[in-house]
Amino acid sequence: MSENKNAYVREVANEQYKYGFTTDIHTEIIEKGLNEDVVRLISQKKGEPDWLLDFRLNAFRHWTSMEQPNWGHLILPEIDYQAISYYADPTSKSKSDDGKPKEIDPELIKTFDKLGIPLEERMALSGTAVDAVMDSVSLKTTHSKALEEKGIIFCSISEAVKRFPELVRQYLGSVVPYRDNYFAALNSAVFSDGSFVYIPKNTRCPMELSTYFRINARNIGQFERTLIVCDDNSYVSYLEGCTAPMRDENQLHAAIVEIVVMENAEVKYSTVQNWYPGDSEGKGGVLNLVTKRGHLRGNNSKLSWTQVETGSAITWKYPSCVLSGDNSQAEFYSVAVTNNFQQADTGTKMIHIGKNTKSTIISKGISAGRSQNSYRGLVKIGAKAEGARNYSSCDSLLLGSSCGAHTFPYIDCHNNSAIVEHEATTSKISEDQLFYCNQRGIPTEEAVGLIVNGYAKDVINKLPMEFAVEAQKLLSVSLEGSVG
Amino acid sequence: MLEIKNLHARVEGKEILKGVDLTIRDGEIHALMGTNGAGKSTLSNVIVGNPKYEVTEGSITFNGKDLLAMTPEQRSHEGVFMSFQLPVEIPGVSMTNFMRAAVNARREALGQEPLKSTDFLKLMRDTQKLVDIDKKLVSRSVNEGFSGGEKKRNEIFQMAMLQPTFCILDETDSGLDVDALRVVAEGFNRLRTTQTSALVITHYQRLLDYIRPDFIHVLLEGRIVKTAGAELAKEIEDRGFDWIKE
Repeated sequence: MSENKNAYVREVANEQYKYGFTTDIHTEIIEKGLNEDVVRLISQKKGEPDWLLDFRLNAFRHWTSMEQPNWGHLILPEIDYQAISYYADPTSKSKSDDGKPKEIDPELIKTFDKLGIPLEERMALSGTAVDAVMDSVSLKTTHSKALEEKGIIFCSISEAVKRFPELVRQYLGSVVPYRDNYFAALNSAVFSDGSFVYIPKNTRCPMELSTYFRINARNIGQFERTLIVCDDNSYVSYLEGCTAPMRDENQLHAAIVEIVVMENAEVKYSTVQNWYPGDSEGKGGVLNLVTKRGHLRGNNSKLSWTQVETGSAITWKYPSCVLSGDNSQAEFYSVAVTNNFQQADTGTKMIHIGKNTKSTIISKGISAGRSQNSYRGLVKIGAKAEGARNYSSCDSLLLGSSCGAHTFPYIDCHNNSAIVEHEATTSKISEDQLFYCNQRGIPTEEAVGLIVNGYAKDVINKLPMEFAVEAQKLLSVSLEGSVG
Repeated sequence: MLEIKNLHARVEGKEILKGVDLTIRDGEIHALMGTNGAGKSTLSNVIVGNPKYEVTEGSITFNGKDLLAMTPEQRSHEGVFMSFQLPVEIPGVSMTNFMRAAVNARREALGQEPLKSTDFLKLMRDTQKLVDIDKKLVSRSVNEGFSGGEKKRNEIFQMAMLQPTFCILDETDSGLDVDALRVVAEGFNRLRTTQTSALVITHYQRLLDYIRPDFIHVLLEGRIVKTAGAELAKEIEDRGFDWIKE
């Protein structure tokens, strides 16, 4: 019995991270190190207007006055910001005037094919428009013509800066100002690519929009910047996926996602984060240090964050909502899985400002191996938020006895009419449950997948269909071999 | 055919089974009775391969194959089923997903294609009718919030889905009122074919009124000390076990 399990663990360890391959492609990488000249160089490479360069320089100067935060329940390795390169362009060989590659190198198309993201228009996923970003550059955005006919803008943020500068200028930094935190300041100084979405008034986006982030080059940082604006009475569902090659050294991913939701509008933002988590000894892996925030500006607006976090050596991420509009509704659904030596400190902030605002937090942490998994959440009810409601439920599932699960809920309530509820549970997968499954013919590894997926089902069900299937498989693979 | 020879087994370092010999031929029903702690549950758990129990000596073969060399799931695929004394709850896992995984794992082991969704759901519906289980139970999570009776009925439902050739009913009657007991026993009888054999573990005569055994064994202190026909149950009901010891 135990011999079988050991064999299985070895098998899984060998095939655990199937996105760990590298692409051998000529990549233009700027010199390592970070200073004002580097910030200027990035801006120049992207052909940016002066206002954006100023924005970057202000952010950089502010960043130099700050210190890396250490309040997370994490052991963050010392990051040498001078040992990282801040811009890597795998398309440098074939550029046209607008900065987009004329023809995508077949190697890059092959890479994304392998990741299940076909980029050629005739083969592109139907029903989903994809923006594919490798290292610092967006390679291609599919279906963007068809969307533009409806007035929907979906392109890389670099392209948006050129084609829709007024829109970008109006909203960039309006939800997450560069002063917000250390990593937000860093991102604002050196951000490279990400997606820009604008849904005009009275428009229901006819397909899922999605961005796929891939880190390929060695020793580079990826600084994704995504901005989504959903105007009055409109709707969009947006998906984000991420993978990276297996490398012995840590890779830095410091992103900002800003979402603006206007009156009666609704945005659904889903993430399946599967960055390389490091090996079973805790070596390597992506440092995922992310600021995501949505502003529910209009009355009756809705925003939901759904995240399945299985990758990264370290995850530091709190997708948040500022509920300004009266009757606005925000949701946060999260499954965070940590195995081996992974560390996650993740959760959300719900800031209630408008009247009758409502928020829901469903967080499921799953810890295995020697990992540490923390939920950290803030529910703040402002003085004018009459009738505000929050419901939070934070569950932790432990596999084995060497891992840790932690919950840090903060409630800050300034209005007597508010109702705030918080529930929390901790449980373990028991040997009896596994044996019961075994007796019915279900092997242990499949039983763990079944139980974990059952546990995470409330969150998985919130994902769009194709993503949900992918997420289920991912949960099983991330945890296989972790019991016994 | 199940053949147990000179079986010794330990749990948490303590020897419980001290040389059990038992042969169950196809189509036979054997009842196992005995005092608390005699080793009845140990025997059933060892047959299905519960890793908490350690076999120190002896053999178990099933249809000529070495059962002790198999994992619990392989034993299940061979057609061995246990109705648990205390079925465990698995929150969040729907009965449908659980049974689909179980049915398809077995089919895979037998070299068959997984059942198509429509065929699987039809099998679920037909089986519900056969064992008269409320379809609300089947749409819930595995055993979650089930009453004692509902859990036992769910065990019989799973047995019907998996169609084993050898079944262990481990104190299936405990915690059941008379009506529930009859429903469960009738469910089992309906599922039996002429090939199905079973080991029925019970403290009481009353289950054996519904499931008629061919043989009754008395297990005391880790050994089978008496084997007789169905009439033995009545005698035990009247006189207890002490007279057998002497």
